[in-house]
Amino acid sequence: MTELAPPPNLRTLFLAFARIGVTAFGGGLSGWMMQECVRRRKWVTEEEFLTGLALAQALPGINVVNLPIWIGYRLAGGWGALVSALGVVLPPMLLVTLMAISYGWLQRYAATGVALQGAAAAAIGLSLAMGLRAAKRQVLRLQPALVLLVVFVAIGVLRLPLMWVVLAMAPVSIGLCYRQVRR
Amino acid sequence: MRDNIYLTLLAIFAPLSFLTVGGGQSVIPEIHRQVVEVHGWISESQFLADYAISRMAPGPGSLIVTLIGWQVAGFAGAVITTISIFVPSSILVFLLARVWARHRGAPWQTAVELGLAPIAAGLILAASLTLMRAASGGWLAVVVTLATTGLLLATELNPLFMIAGGALMFLGLRL
Repeated sequence: MTELAPPPNLRTLFLAFARIGVTAFGGGLSGWMMQECVRRRKWVTEEEFLTGLALAQALPGINVVNLPIWIGYRLAGGWGALVSALGVVLPPMLLVTLMAISYGWLQRYAATGVALQGAAAAAIGLSLAMGLRAAKRQVLRLQPALVLLVVFVAIGVLRLPLMWVVLAMAPVSIGLCYRQVRR
Repeated sequence: MRDNIYLTLLAIFAPLSFLTVGGGQSVIPEIHRQVVEVHGWISESQFLADYAISRMAPGPGSLIVTLIGWQVAGFAGAVITTISIFVPSSILVFLLARVWARHRGAPWQTAVELGLAPIAAGLILAASLTLMRAASGGWLAVVVTLATTGLLLATELNPLFMIAGGALMFLGLRL
């Protein structure tokens, strides 16, 4: 297990999530968060992050806001949760409003759309790389490997509703792990 | 009617907070029904433009509600719709995080962490596949995505370079 870094102050936390908010084009926010919080800054372990991610996805609410609240609370309590959520929402909120104001102008330049497509394609790569990294540790044993496969096929291939898949698989997977932990 | 527009916005968007799951796309049809069909606040084409902008912009996709609030009732409207969609569900997560922190290290928590990890990994991979399917840009988008994935796994380069690289590749080859 890698050593964790000391928890950040509120300003650092806000800026980290603000940066993720304004640079995550094309919807790869979870990938960015894992890159920042687990790999680069070593604030939380991979297991802690993945737990937060699964809960953030399964609970109601926007998962990319739920996850910063989870991580922010873990690192710096109630204020940590607040500044992390604000960090990921406020700067993109200003940006989206500015884009709406200049939309007519942006539309006149074909380059805008083309560049954003390219940025989005690269952002998906970030999400995929994080997924593969997280999967690497899970496929070493049969049970988590099977759980991973079922979730991936059910949502990615069969396109079943995410919430139902998680609600069905989580008790099974947690229950099996609980029996092993108690032993 | 003008004086209670803010309350109307609050009453429409706050319940939707609990109905959003995942990326927030699940409530788009209901938002459309309310603001275009029921109240007629904004036109169909304006709604589509808002949707396109919110997809194009970085950050949470559900920021379409900011744009709608802004067009319906100005700055205060934007603030109210954004708070309405984010805050109610956030309180729920916050309460769960508190309970979680209080029981840190308990055996059941270890089991939850071990049990959820493969599910989360499956979710990220499934999300990546869904994003790849939805991405516009054809074969070049797939090449950029896979090249970025490979570089990220093999090197410690800052992902921002790859985002910029992806944008430049598209500009170079597609313009």
